[in-house]
Amino acid sequence: MTTSLLGRSLNIRQSGIYIAFALIVVLFSILTDGALLQPQNISNIIVQNSYILILSIGMILIIIAGHIDLSVGSVVAVTGAIAAVLMVEYGLPWPLALVITLIAGGVIGAWQGYWIAYYGIPAFIVTLAGMLLFRALTLTVLGNQGIGPFPDPVRTLSNGFTDGYLGNIGLGPLGGADLFSLIVGALAIAGMAATQWRARAARLGYRQSVDPLPVFLLKLLTAAAVIIVVVVQLARFKNLPWVLVLLALLVLAYSLLTTRAVFGRQIYAIGGNLQAAQLSGINVRQVVFWIFVNMGVLAALAGVIFAGRLNQAGPTAGNAFELDAIAAAFIGGAAVQGGVGKVVGAITGGLIMGVINNGMSLIGSPSERVMLVKGVVLLAAVAFDVWTKRRATR
Amino acid sequence: MSDDILRMRAITKTFPGVRALHDVNLSVRRGEIHAICGENGAGKSTLMKVLSGVYPHGSYEGEITFDGAPGRFADIRDSERRGIVIIHQELALCPQLSIAENIFLGNERSRRGLVDWNRTNHEAGLLLERVGLRELPVTTVADIGVGKQQLVEIAKALAKEVRLLILDEPTAALNDEDSAHLLDLLRGLRAEGVTCVIISHKLNEVASIADSITILRDGKLIETLDLATDRVTEDRIISGMVGRDLEHRFPPHEPDIGREALRIEDWTVHSPVQRGRAVVSGATLSVCRGEIVGLAGLMGAGRTELAMSVFGRAYGTDISGRIYRDGRQVEIRTVRDAIRHGIAYATEDRKRYGLNLIEDIKRNISAADLGRLARRGWVDDNEEYRVADQYRHDLGIKAPSVLSVTGKLSGGNQQKVVLSKWIFTDADVLILDEPTRGIDVGAKYEIYSIINRLADAGKALLVISSELPELLGLCDRIYTLSAGRVTGELARADATQERLMQLMTKEQPR
Repeated sequence: MTTSLLGRSLNIRQSGIYIAFALIVVLFSILTDGALLQPQNISNIIVQNSYILILSIGMILIIIAGHIDLSVGSVVAVTGAIAAVLMVEYGLPWPLALVITLIAGGVIGAWQGYWIAYYGIPAFIVTLAGMLLFRALTLTVLGNQGIGPFPDPVRTLSNGFTDGYLGNIGLGPLGGADLFSLIVGALAIAGMAATQWRARAARLGYRQSVDPLPVFLLKLLTAAAVIIVVVVQLARFKNLPWVLVLLALLVLAYSLLTTRAVFGRQIYAIGGNLQAAQLSGINVRQVVFWIFVNMGVLAALAGVIFAGRLNQAGPTAGNAFELDAIAAAFIGGAAVQGGVGKVVGAITGGLIMGVINNGMSLIGSPSERVMLVKGVVLLAAVAFDVWTKRRATR
Repeated sequence: MSDDILRMRAITKTFPGVRALHDVNLSVRRGEIHAICGENGAGKSTLMKVLSGVYPHGSYEGEITFDGAPGRFADIRDSERRGIVIIHQELALCPQLSIAENIFLGNERSRRGLVDWNRTNHEAGLLLERVGLRELPVTTVADIGVGKQQLVEIAKALAKEVRLLILDEPTAALNDEDSAHLLDLLRGLRAEGVTCVIISHKLNEVASIADSITILRDGKLIETLDLATDRVTEDRIISGMVGRDLEHRFPPHEPDIGREALRIEDWTVHSPVQRGRAVVSGATLSVCRGEIVGLAGLMGAGRTELAMSVFGRAYGTDISGRIYRDGRQVEIRTVRDAIRHGIAYATEDRKRYGLNLIEDIKRNISAADLGRLARRGWVDDNEEYRVADQYRHDLGIKAPSVLSVTGKLSGGNQQKVVLSKWIFTDADVLILDEPTRGIDVGAKYEIYSIINRLADAGKALLVISSELPELLGLCDRIYTLSAGRVTGELARADATQERLMQLMTKEQPR
């Protein structure tokens, strides 16, 4: 009896974040008279938050391992500046410049990873130093002025949409919609359903317990419905934003990494119990080093996208991005002491903040009130997590 | 009946879904040492928490009478004011503060809000003398051993003018010498009129020190024995605790000893903290396939340090010596090397070094050899489930499924998860450090059976234990370690507790 109670409370802990997200979306849809879910606005929310979401993917890995990265905002700035110098001042072809920028991000991550993993300085200190160092570097490179404009393909990646390759199709009262976007959406749903079904069948084959069929179908249908709504609205506006395609690929890849790859599982082991991981033969230093390299690369990607969106690399770019990324991870269910967290959770946490930002600006709230609400949401999310944990152990 | 300092009547404490205590009565006479025995989960700690106010009055049924007046404690401070002090198994000292500061923590010797350091250190010195601890009051607690820290805890209790001292497993972390000193101290306190309640797994200690023994089982009172009138033996206590006659505490085993699996020669390890101090000096020992070899030694003899340094240099600096696996010399520099060479080490401290307590059984079992469940870096989690479930079944891990979180399991079941993890690495040599520490009697028997089965499967086992009867009952051969040196090697037939103790305390010529 106790186990079923426990199972249910664990479920609340895991799915609470999604329920909260749904409630916030419903709330702001009502407050904004539906403006929140208008085609253009959905597109805005995704594009405006893409770089925070990309950062939060790297951040959740670091937080699962029990570390923190305060430098990502400055790294976004310095990599944006590097990209701008390469593309605008040196006129390098944009793909080459992008690759060099990503490598530069990796080198920055390696620098910090070295001090943290191999020298044993707490990540808090190393990345606090990094926050200053890389901001200083940005100012040195840019000389206190912005560099732009960026080449068109980079701006398209940050801001642009897929072309209407297959033309439009009528959706009755909803008007015309891009056929290509709809097909991509349909394929995504089909792919999700197929993999979920195969995973379920495999588990049954091993005689493990699975969700009963109605629950399984309900979950699947809910996810499909969300995708349909988002994709249809986007198709009615301007097709799919390229950053959404990029984000979808990143989420898929990093979800796989954290749940299925040996490397990902070692991150959880380290965050759960460092000493036990060491005594289990896990090369802790190497794993920690590489998650910081990874963070550097993702920060560089976010840096290019952010600079491309503003069409200029500026000295104040990325200010306080680290706080949004960290907040996204914790709202998304990461544990303060490490060992717990999900990529999808961090993305949801980032979207919760994005929807609050967007919704409150739609109803004309001043920025101090937005900040207030975000602060309360962060505290409430972690308090809820601590509360459910305490209840589960009692 | 006026000589009872404490009477607890009809205590019942229920948690959601569990009745932890059922109608328990406990009477403690003034000035006696009263032992409480029972398996893990029998309700000993719950009873003490009821007594000390951790569970406040009203959260349980029943009545407490302390020193003739009803005891309705709202919290620990409430009970401490009446002179009831509890010392928990995990010591509650601040390691970076001095002994004197710890003794008067929350009970500071002060004048108008400022600490009176002269008085603090002076009175601390007097208390240290009383508990027989020869350290300066200004010494930092982190710089003294566990045994001495235990004495600081007692001094702290004395500073509060304790009348009833409750000790939860006071000697669990102590070596025999420190334990003996602690027990002497308790006898001294008894002579001064302090009443003691002691919870202990070490039955020989209980039998030697207690005036009466209360036995709990499954939250119920089984009996209270008076050592002055009843004839009490360890077997009598054990049968009360487990509810059956445990004629054989160790499963029978016929060893089938094969080739040598591991030999360590001239192994020397230096302390990473104290420069130049050798923790292990020139140790040479070997283990064969199918053999269970014991490693006996007092705390601080270097047993764990020896084992961990062999296990991929997980402990120590400036390590020298040779390791042979199946007769061939091997170089083992990291834990991964050790695992690759078929060596496993199950730690003495499961919670700190052995398990990821927030993770499930399945992922703990696979942690040391996850690569084997993976193809090109991707884990087959269905196969992982199957493997873990197989171990759950084979080793009798009591949990609803392998998806249960290990932090919620009992000590015995946690130990089985740790064993599963190392068996899964397919190691030929298993070093088991205190494999039954903190595990109740019934589960110990199961662990012994698992160890015997591993030996029968041709594994070489090196078992470290502080309990000599355990080594004598389990091992085919026993090495003794004293101050970092191997001082003896005894076959099972030649070994007695006295002989082992003699070798374990043997002084080395410097």
